[in-house]
Amino acid sequence: MAYAKEHLSGPADVHVDGHSGSHDTGHAGGHADGHADLESMRVTGFWLFLITDVILFSTLFATFIVLRGNTDGRVTGAELIELPGVIASTFILLTSSFTSGLALLAMNRGSRGGLIGWLAVTALLGASFIALEVTEFVHLVHEGATITTSAYWSSFYTLVGTHGVHVSIGLVWMLALMIQLGMHGITSVTRRKVNVIGLYWHFLDVVWIFLFTLVYLMEVM
Amino acid sequence: MSAHSMDGRDGAPAGADAHGMHGHAPQEAHGSMKSYVIGFVLSLVLTAIPLFVVLNDWLEGTPAYMVLLGCAVLQFVVQLIYFMHLREEKKPRYNLMALLLGLVILVLIVGGSMWIMTYNQIGL
Repeated sequence: MAYAKEHLSGPADVHVDGHSGSHDTGHAGGHADGHADLESMRVTGFWLFLITDVILFSTLFATFIVLRGNTDGRVTGAELIELPGVIASTFILLTSSFTSGLALLAMNRGSRGGLIGWLAVTALLGASFIALEVTEFVHLVHEGATITTSAYWSSFYTLVGTHGVHVSIGLVWMLALMIQLGMHGITSVTRRKVNVIGLYWHFLDVVWIFLFTLVYLMEVM
Repeated sequence: MSAHSMDGRDGAPAGADAHGMHGHAPQEAHGSMKSYVIGFVLSLVLTAIPLFVVLNDWLEGTPAYMVLLGCAVLQFVVQLIYFMHLREEKKPRYNLMALLLGLVILVLIVGGSMWIMTYNQIGL
């Protein structure tokens, strides 16, 4: 009875993954499917969150593009930006996107050690990215470019800083997830969480690529 | 095999055999080492191209902007396919639909802002 109810209330694709032959396992099977399906709906829910983040960043990008010429006769990005540090952080973030993928592969092999190890590498790369960004901001402020200097710098710090805050939140989240994995191992819940943080991390990498292109490369061009 | 796979789905502790092939929820990413390596190499190349264009002054003006933006968009597609596994999504493809909606809003906000503000500056 409970078995039938689970299937009626669940979305239509409960059995797409080839388990339709296992109906006779009864309640336990039905429960497992419903649970797995809930986790996959949570992944879709996270995609919806990412879309709202797309909208957030598109407003900040639009602001920056519109205000990039408004430097009030003060110091400009083209004069102050030091490309080598930015190039280094770009490749660091790209690599961390790759290593977060390797973490997922380790999880699919069932290797908890590999999963936590690759997440740790990803977090270290993310931390060095943040360290480079803070160093850059300190340098810019010393050169007289603060968030109040001109409309250009206001939009610059808001856009780049919002991305940096996202990466920092991702770092805290990743540490918490590594602790959870250490305590509970790879379960259907931690499995979903690893998938979701992977999506988040790849998304931040994509945002950075557009930042790197529009804010840095086009500025020094 | 099928009995084991049911255990794996129920979130049993990380037994090596139960998680081999069947431990995934329907929409979770699978991926393979091959797809991640291809994605990584492609994204390195797509980052290097604009870098060389800018550092060596190979292009200027509109063509340079087109190459830079084109590489960034391609990089986005590469990450979606090889890292975020968008193509492996089961139907109905809610994630893809949400993404398309997001991109429509993005183009409207960024394109619309640039359009109207360009006219404002002409008027000054």
